[in-house]
Amino acid sequence: MEERGMEEVKPLAGTIKGHDLFGYVGIEAVLDQMRRKTMKAGFEFNIMVVGQSGLGKSTLVNTLFKSKVSRKSCSPNYEEKISKTVKLQSVSHVIEEKGVKMKLTVIDTPGFGDQINNENCWEPIVSYVNEQYERYLKEELYVNRKPRIPDTRVHCCVYFLPATGHWLRPIDVEFMKRLGKIVSIVPIIAKADTLTMEERQEFKQRIRQDLKANGIRVYPQTEYDEDPEDRILNDKIRENIPFAVVGTDKEHQVNGNKVLGRKTKWGIIEVENVAHCEFTNLRDLLIRSHLQDLKDVTHNIHYETFRVRRLNESNLTVHGLALSCFPMENGTHGTNGTSDRSESESHL
Amino acid sequence: GMDAIMLQEKLVERLLCPRVRTSRQKEKQYVGFATLPNQVHRKSVKKGFDFTLMVAGESGMGKSTLVNSLFLTDLYKDRKLLNAEERINQTVEIIKHTVDIEEKGVKLKLTIVDTPGFGDAVNNNECWKPITDYIDQQFEQYFRDESGLNRKNIQDNRVHCCLYFIPPFGHGLRPVDVEFMKALHEKVNVVPLIAKADCLTPSEIKKLKDRVRDEIERFGIKVYQFPECDSDEDEEFKQLDKELKECCPFAVIGSNTVVEARGQRVRGRLYPWGIVEVENQSHCDFVKLRNILIRSHMHDLKDVTCDMHYENYRAQCIQDMTSKLTQDNRMESPIPMLPLPTPDVETDRLIKMKDEELARMQDMLNKMQQQIHDGKDQ
Repeated sequence: MEERGMEEVKPLAGTIKGHDLFGYVGIEAVLDQMRRKTMKAGFEFNIMVVGQSGLGKSTLVNTLFKSKVSRKSCSPNYEEKISKTVKLQSVSHVIEEKGVKMKLTVIDTPGFGDQINNENCWEPIVSYVNEQYERYLKEELYVNRKPRIPDTRVHCCVYFLPATGHWLRPIDVEFMKRLGKIVSIVPIIAKADTLTMEERQEFKQRIRQDLKANGIRVYPQTEYDEDPEDRILNDKIRENIPFAVVGTDKEHQVNGNKVLGRKTKWGIIEVENVAHCEFTNLRDLLIRSHLQDLKDVTHNIHYETFRVRRLNESNLTVHGLALSCFPMENGTHGTNGTSDRSESESHL
Repeated sequence: GMDAIMLQEKLVERLLCPRVRTSRQKEKQYVGFATLPNQVHRKSVKKGFDFTLMVAGESGMGKSTLVNSLFLTDLYKDRKLLNAEERINQTVEIIKHTVDIEEKGVKLKLTIVDTPGFGDAVNNNECWKPITDYIDQQFEQYFRDESGLNRKNIQDNRVHCCLYFIPPFGHGLRPVDVEFMKALHEKVNVVPLIAKADCLTPSEIKKLKDRVRDEIERFGIKVYQFPECDSDEDEEFKQLDKELKECCPFAVIGSNTVVEARGQRVRGRLYPWGIVEVENQSHCDFVKLRNILIRSHMHDLKDVTCDMHYENYRAQCIQDMTSKLTQDNRMESPIPMLPLPTPDVETDRLIKMKDEELARMQDMLNKMQQQIHDGKDQ
């Protein structure tokens, strides 16, 4: 073997730019591989709707997903009556669009806020959310675990505020304060067709003030913005929430087109018209742009916070084996060198 | 004939089925979660990927050159080749090279784990032990991180694939080849290669491949299996997939030099009798290997590592710990989660303290039992 003084092509050390003379490595194909795999596996999304009876929760969910996915539409003997206690019920459907399969689970919370005395009506909801985290944690801890752990955790909680036009009510504050720590809350103004544009703006502003004053964090939380690009996008959203929505499954003719809307004597409220209501903004946020992010925030932040607390409680940490009879003192873990104060806030 | 029948069927279909929706109205049914793969895509691009590739085989098999050829890197430019004397005392080392590659906005953090010294000594008994230990250590580290409290920035150093270089000079697998692959096949994805294939004619290559494939099966070596093709893939893809599988082990040639061949500049090796082109599929299987590793199976290699090799390690670990504990009678193990305790001084001290306390308690218990027993007798 002779080397006849041929020049050696030495690509740059450090970061290699792939437009080297001799073809390219082809690493962006990894993205395709990943895409194919996730498409095959399908996606899961669990959305919870909370609010008093009659605020249009079922209708809104149906409108969002353009299918009859709410419990109301699925139960044959469904009767509209106020239940005595808050009972959570979930309904799952597999919906498909352009080859993408999604298992959508809608968790309904009938009875919330409907009683005369609504004290602690949020507790069943808090328990439910935590139960799903617990379930996931158990699966994660098994010796023989499934390659894909079934995900029943609540990715998003849509909280329906009645369009009073005033302030947040005490029940709203209590609920969002507690749930905001464990799940991503998206508050919306329901049945917003009773508010004029000015009333709407003022109401929103007051709500935002109220949220801030009470230390309530709703989605998208500022702390979880990943980079400046995200921050700009999310700031725009934060300036606009809560979205004022109107939902319906009826179609009417407007200017020769069929539109989703509510027909009144004074006009037709077009649900998908941004000049009328912010339904499309909500849909875009929840589904078209931030769906994956909602799941990521649930998994990387809410779930991890729960996990840390749980492990500390039961002393089942890496060192817990040796120290299981030593009660863990608050805040000091002595494991991994880092103590996660910022994330082990106290929960309910 | 046939066409008329088909036409008729179509008409009947149209009559019986509900009105076909116009595309406009189809658009109205669009919810928009079909953008999910794009949302995931965007996040992955931001995050980037990582991949750890191990190369193993005796010195001079062309490992470094092949790695450089695959990833268009130049990782070994400052290397000093050891002479025989220096190699006598060399043990198997593990050396990591990391390089960041970016292409079309996609970032890949590539780690190459080199194993110089493997198989070079006179006595190569268990020369793979440092290698299996290394792989296990990465699993152990990941296990600890995964079980820990702060899981935010876990570094995944697990080995996703091990390229094993079989010399082309022999008549198949040698004992060291068999033993090595068997020591590793349940810990990492093993991809066997026939190295320096430019010293073999096509028929010799075929013979050697058949022989090696046969021996792999006979000795029960579980090399990395390409996943089955989906039934809905097109014929061309299925054909390619079939060819790929029949081509194993890949006969590879690598080159760090550029030569001129057929009016083009190519990566190759210049001989008096001709020019070997690395990327010419009729010359060697380099392109196939590169496609497998990067363009089509990188994700699967990672998945198999995470879902199978690592899970097996973890399950084994937990079971070992559980049996050890119940043997030692230290304490009840409540639920099946027993990650490894960190072997640090503080924990050891605490364990010792606890042991002493338990011993004292046991003592007291014995005394009490004795008292009761004595009391009964009286």
